[in-house]
Amino acid sequence: MEDREKLNRLRWRCTRRAMLEMDLLLGEFLETIYPTLDPAQANAFVALADREDLELWPLINGSQQCTDPIEAEVVALLRNVRVK
Amino acid sequence: MTTQTIPVRKFDAVIVGAGGSGLRAAIQLSEAGLKTAVLSKVFPTRSHTVAAQGGVSASLGNSEEDHWHWHMYDTVKGSDWLGDQDAIEYMCRMAPEVVVELEHFGMPFDRTDEGKIYQRPFGGHMSNFGEKPVRRACAAADRTGHAMLHALYQRNVRANTQFFVEWMALDLIRDQTGQVLGVIALEMETGDVVAFHAKATVFACGGAGRIFYSSTNAFINTGDGLGMAARAGIALEDMEFWQFHPTGVAGAGVLITEGVRGEGGILRNSTNERFMERYAPNAKDLASRDVVSRAMVTEINEGRGCGPNKDFVLLDITHLDPATIMKRLPGIREISIQFAGIDPIKAPIPVVPTCHYQMGGVPTNYKGQVVGDDHSPVPGFYAAGEVACASVHGANRLGTNSLLDLLVFGKSSGDTVIADIRAGKIGLQPLPDDFADRTLARLNRLDHQTGGSDVSETRLELQRTMQKHCGVFRFKDMLVEGVAKILDIEKAVAVTQIKDKSKVWNTARVEALELDNLIEVAKATMVSAEARKESRGAHVRDDAPDTPANPNGRDDVNWHKHTLWHRDGNRLSYKPVIMKPLSVETIALKTRSY
Ligand SMILES: Cc1cc2nc3c(=O)[nH]c(=O)nc-3n(C[C@H](O)[C@H](O)[C@H](O)COP(=O)(O)OP(=O)(O)OC[C@H]3O[C@@H](n4cnc5c(N)ncnc54)[C@H](O)[C@@H]3O)c2cc1C
Repeated sequence: MEDREKLNRLRWRCTRRAMLEMDLLLGEFLETIYPTLDPAQANAFVALADREDLELWPLINGSQQCTDPIEAEVVALLRNVRVK
Repeated sequence: MTTQTIPVRKFDAVIVGAGGSGLRAAIQLSEAGLKTAVLSKVFPTRSHTVAAQGGVSASLGNSEEDHWHWHMYDTVKGSDWLGDQDAIEYMCRMAPEVVVELEHFGMPFDRTDEGKIYQRPFGGHMSNFGEKPVRRACAAADRTGHAMLHALYQRNVRANTQFFVEWMALDLIRDQTGQVLGVIALEMETGDVVAFHAKATVFACGGAGRIFYSSTNAFINTGDGLGMAARAGIALEDMEFWQFHPTGVAGAGVLITEGVRGEGGILRNSTNERFMERYAPNAKDLASRDVVSRAMVTEINEGRGCGPNKDFVLLDITHLDPATIMKRLPGIREISIQFAGIDPIKAPIPVVPTCHYQMGGVPTNYKGQVVGDDHSPVPGFYAAGEVACASVHGANRLGTNSLLDLLVFGKSSGDTVIADIRAGKIGLQPLPDDFADRTLARLNRLDHQTGGSDVSETRLELQRTMQKHCGVFRFKDMLVEGVAKILDIEKAVAVTQIKDKSKVWNTARVEALELDNLIEVAKATMVSAEARKESRGAHVRDDAPDTPANPNGRDDVNWHKHTLWHRDGNRLSYKPVIMKPLSVETIALKTRSY
């Protein structure tokens, strides 16, 4: 798959989610922070975006902790997203 | 590509939508041995049903005495007597059965000490025909919708339902007699356009809350089912009725629960006034949803809104002890920081009344059959869930009745399909020669458009127009102007242009196609709302106020009827409300007061 296609698929999976909160957060992250990630972080983000909202939300609001250190870095960045 | 070269796949039934209603219908069909396809824009357990936290209602009577007839009374009253009483009786009678069935499918409901399903109180749930609150809501912690979807999905996997994930249905296929023969759909991963030819087509595509600028609905709710139905000549019912929640974060729409005002949160205008004292001297900020929403809009309209555009009010909890906020309202601080950029311990949260639920939709009866103007079924076409209007919610929905609607009418639509196939009423009729022409023309137009309009700008314009002209509190002149504006926006939608013309994962194309559906819903809503010259349920007009002759502004003499909006000619017709239940006496018209 070409890069454009991969990015578009990721865009769809970030902005057509079950909860509005997640559409907003992941959509904003994709546009502003994702392009600045290193490859390991980018992979971790793709894996996070594949999770279900009710698995992801507790990580973002801090009620659950990540076990993987790279995933934790990405979640910390996600927590800092401010939706305009 | 031409209609003659489109690949055709054949099924007994095709279901569009894999939320609660689609998955419930699919279980009936697959378990009956029918070859069933379920199409979804997203993986099934990412459907919007996940967002439902509150619960699902059923008069199980596990904690205290309850009866389906009382539930029926509450639903008729909640609907402001616009709900069809046959469908409401059917839903409330079936509720205990479908909820217990869901339990058997593996739904992890909260339990009482004796191991029964635990039930909690919820607004509008009363015993003995409106006498006192009753515990009727069944929940699985605060993840009821999520747990429900997982239970239904697992059951479908067992039953061999065939899922088509990340596929978007584009249009209905109908023949000259009006029979529905399936859908045309786009596979996002390949860009291929395929016909799903079926004996029965079930719409379970959810709501269209994204027509409003401020909406609690996820981005996926673009009303595709309504757009497809309208383009195929099916009239849409009661589209003027939308439920709003008073406190969505301004701009983002994310819901701030009523609990914040319960804990002492206060609404303030630009002069820092606690304005609810003027509108509801006793209940103040805890007055009912519609009273609070209307007060907020009045403040904004009279120039006392906050911010540079004076278009929101403030929800203030800065006077509460930070320890209380952290303890009792933990999620709210996070939400406010992330979606409003404000720490509510230090500053008030900007909020506006926000669209939450669509009461209208594709007209159906309680068997899940889509019906025409005269209540007669459209052969081969069925619908359930938020896309459908059975009509059980009438002019306003009772909390927790939506998840119930998914289960009851998901199941009944499945059962009716099985019965109709077995009785030979529907079969695999041949596809007309031109069955995909209009869809292909639409795709072709999009690929070749030059000098056209931008999709996201046009969508934003549509959403802002709906919010301003057709929001929670409605004004005659604004509605009239709104109709003209929305018809202008329709012209821009007709010439949308996309830069990316590729086939594989072309999300720009998909978003343009979603906008084609949003505009149909927006027109139906604006035109139906402008025409209905009364206030009823969630449709509240400034020029139809509360008077002794018309309490709450409701005018039963002229307006106790369902609206039908026809895309062709942008025209309205009306049909009577079904007042005769299936087995009990009519619940007679009465003023709605709580
Ligand atoms: C924040 C929130 C909280 C809520 N809480 C409650 C509650 O506590 N209790 C309650 O009863 N109700 C609640 N509701 C309402 C309730 O959740 C919804 O009405 C209900 O879940 C809708 O279910 P559905 O099956 O009709 O559609 P959805 O669950 O929305 O599913 C629609 C499906 O259709 C698919 N689809 C749509 N268009 C297409 C297309 N063109 N092609 C292919 N597939 C398509 C989607 O992919 C999806 O699978 C809440 C709503 C919101 C927004």
